[in-house]
Amino acid sequence: MMEKMIFGRYVPGESLLHRMDPRSKLIIVFLFVIVVFIANNVPTYAVLAAYTFLMVGLSRIPLRFLYGGLKPVFLLVFFTFLLHIFMTKEGPIILELGWLKIYEEGLRQGIFISLRFLLLILVTSLLTLTTTPIEITDGLETLLNPLKKWKFPVHELALMMSISLRFIPTLMQETDKIMKAQTARGVEYNSGPVKERIKAIIPLLIPLFISSFKRAEELAVAMEARGYKGGEGRTKYRQLAWGMVDTAMLLFLGAVTVLLFVLRG
Amino acid sequence: MSKPLVTIDGVSFSYEGQQTPALKNITFDILEGEWLAIVGHNGSGKSTLAKLLNGLQFPQQGKIAVCGTELTEATVWEVRKNVGMVFQNPDNQFVGTTVRDDVAFGLENHGVPREIMVERVQTSLDKVQMGTFLNQEPHHLSGGQKQRVAIAGVIALQPAIIILDEATSMLDPRGRAEVIATVRELKDREHITVISITHDLEEAAKADRVIVMNKGELYREGTPEQIFEMDEELVQLGLDIPFPVKMSKLLRHKGVELTKTHLTEEELVTELWTSHSKM
Amino acid sequence: MDISLKNVEYRYQADSPFEHLAISDVSIDIPSGTYLAIIGHTGSGKSTVLQHLNALLKPTKGSVLIGSREIKAGRKDKNLKSIRENVGIVFQFPEHQLFEETVEKDIMFGPMNFGVSESDAKARAKEALQLVGLPEDILEKSPFDLSGGQMRRVAIAGVLAMEPDVLVLDEPTAGLDPRGRKEIMDLFYTLHKKRNLSTVLVTHSMEDAAKYADEIVVMHQGKVLTKGTPEQIFSDPVALIELGLDVPEVIGLQLKIEETFHTKFSKISLSERELAEMIAEFLRGGGQR
Ligand SMILES: Nc1ncnc2c1ncn2[C@@H]1O[C@H](COP(=O)(O)OP(=O)(O)OP(=O)(O)O)[C@@H](O)[C@H]1O
Ligand SMILES: Nc1ncnc2c1ncn2[C@@H]1O[C@H](COP(=O)(O)OP(=O)(O)OP(=O)(O)O)[C@@H](O)[C@H]1O
Ligand SMILES: [Mg+2]
Ligand SMILES: [Mg+2]
Repeated sequence: MMEKMIFGRYVPGESLLHRMDPRSKLIIVFLFVIVVFIANNVPTYAVLAAYTFLMVGLSRIPLRFLYGGLKPVFLLVFFTFLLHIFMTKEGPIILELGWLKIYEEGLRQGIFISLRFLLLILVTSLLTLTTTPIEITDGLETLLNPLKKWKFPVHELALMMSISLRFIPTLMQETDKIMKAQTARGVEYNSGPVKERIKAIIPLLIPLFISSFKRAEELAVAMEARGYKGGEGRTKYRQLAWGMVDTAMLLFLGAVTVLLFVLRG
Repeated sequence: MSKPLVTIDGVSFSYEGQQTPALKNITFDILEGEWLAIVGHNGSGKSTLAKLLNGLQFPQQGKIAVCGTELTEATVWEVRKNVGMVFQNPDNQFVGTTVRDDVAFGLENHGVPREIMVERVQTSLDKVQMGTFLNQEPHHLSGGQKQRVAIAGVIALQPAIIILDEATSMLDPRGRAEVIATVRELKDREHITVISITHDLEEAAKADRVIVMNKGELYREGTPEQIFEMDEELVQLGLDIPFPVKMSKLLRHKGVELTKTHLTEEELVTELWTSHSKM
Repeated sequence: MDISLKNVEYRYQADSPFEHLAISDVSIDIPSGTYLAIIGHTGSGKSTVLQHLNALLKPTKGSVLIGSREIKAGRKDKNLKSIRENVGIVFQFPEHQLFEETVEKDIMFGPMNFGVSESDAKARAKEALQLVGLPEDILEKSPFDLSGGQMRRVAIAGVLAMEPDVLVLDEPTAGLDPRGRKEIMDLFYTLHKKRNLSTVLVTHSMEDAAKYADEIVVMHQGKVLTKGTPEQIFSDPVALIELGLDVPEVIGLQLKIEETFHTKFSKISLSERELAEMIAEFLRGGGQR
């Protein structure tokens, strides 16, 4: 189940979206989150849906893969839909099954809101699917750069993010290793009463905490030995390149926004 | 004769809250272009000494000078450019998310302009035979490959000295051989001085000079021949006797004449060949 | 306790896009009382094999017989705990598994999980500590206040206190100084003899494999390449070298001498003393065949 999840994962590729500057992608996603709320009738939602599916197409990520990977999230969307159907009691009743009454407004709200939710999920997933974590970090760092003026630790935050990203696989391996070592000493993680299972977490968490701490300490020493002393006077190896595509995509989203305002009811 | 590149003069050091000092009154020189091996039992102070040379800790007593500059809080950043370090655990020194980012890290820290950086990242990775791994993530590399990336990160800064703190002890024999061969080649080609802290006595036997640490003190300093003549004394110190030395002794014992105690198998075989064949 | 692996295959993350075949068609017999060494280079599947010996991993094909229990692919198994009580594993860098406040509690942790009473576990902790050569006053200390070598010993004591019949060791001496390494290896060997254990050792040290093992298994790319006694395995050193594995130094030297003198000694020698004897004799004969 977890292995098929693609939420937050990167899929290598060469598509138009893959080649875009992470900054433009971040800005577009940010704007899209706002723009979504302009839609309020069938034509505007249709435009939004068309825009989203165009982007999915441009990413060249197989639909089957997207569908399989987002399945758990679809459940959530469906749940949102049901919630609105049962909670909204406005407009004429369109269906009555015993105690259950479905109102027209409920159906409308249910469809619109779950659609909005779905589109947001698709667009943000596209960002992570086509952008490596380090690019996202880089993009964020550059975009937030103006905040440095107010002593906001932009560089440190970005570094922290990229180091955590780098250590996630290592920590997963470590967890697996310690779990096995304690299992070999008679701890049971997958069976037994709940109370026992909770108790079993301690022999896992303490070594994990200690080793992470040690890792962090060694990493800090290694960083210092390599001349790290904070963001000041540092040059950057990674360079972001804003291209024509990026400007074009932003303008395109602008045009879509204008269209939404026109069609809005 | 080469001149001293590093001078260590009467250095003592204790970690905070520790009663016994980790280093006691250490004095010795490191010569330009040499391969210096530091051996000693676990906890004898080897890593502490390495940290002092890189300014990661400062001695409570005594002085250290690197390339003529005394190591102080004020000069530490300059000195660090000259002294590169590779640590034991390949995982805990890999900062970047990919190989190229990791090699660039040190260059970024020292404010190297981007154009130079791009070139140096590539050339240093080529030098350690990792030039085709630019975009690999660390968890897809073997231990030996990670260590070679770490070495690339160090030589990108063009240091005068590389310190290997048990850089091969977590590797399998093949990874170990790769890393040592890489460093050897760099030393010869780029005239880098190498300080290798190691438990591997075969490796120490191939050094130009060996220092034996014992309980925070410099126990002995000399050529590998001199050091490995200590024999049983080494075992007392928690160390061992290299295999060729053991064999030389055994052969003598069995009546085979040898001019000296050999430190490498090649030397031993060569002498046996020249003195005993076709008599 | 006899253990035997029959045509074992293991895939990590089976049925996912990240599926990885780690070992296949591995069959190994470990009769009670054997000292078995597994060698092979990085990624050849040694650790994966080890984890089948106490059912930490379950084969994706084939079966594992542990004493009277059979672990078979595709079948649910209950109560694996009793297997783990009998088969103790010392992982690589075992000190990473320490977590209790005191050394004593940490050593008692394993036995008590298997239902040993507190007083018995205490007695076992004391005994295990003695076995690994640590002083008794360490019992009340926190394991995190010890040196690396001491922590390693405490972790090993924690496994020994479970009093397993089979001891499984995954590169137990990595990172120790030469004396520490020798002491620990000697300790395992003494225990092996004294308690009549089965011992399975994964190691990169050909010296240790040659010195301690009754039988050696060579793994290569997830498969068992050959198995046999140390004499058999190392009698064809060229094959091992071609695989990128080392041979014990003694044999390496013998090969070098044979090559230089264009000769062949009557046998492959695994002991330094014996090799010195052979060389001396050969040279007395004028260095010719
Ligand atoms: N961060 C620290 N805080 C307190 N004491 C320390 C610290 N690091 C090391 N020590 C102590 O200083 C002494 C010397 O340790 P050091 O790490 O230099 O030894 P080493 O020779 O490198 O050993 P090894 O072969 O195990 O790496 C030891 O007694 C150790 O316990
Ligand atoms: N948790 C895991 N998930 C996926 N693949 C794994 C996992 N653990 C090991 N592997 C892979 O399985 C193969 C065998 O690994 P294993 O750890 O058994 O090798 P090994 O012989 O013990 O190597 P080493 O000498 O480095 O310890 C390797 O290709 C490895 O990358
Ligand atoms: Mg050290
Ligand atoms: Mg392994």
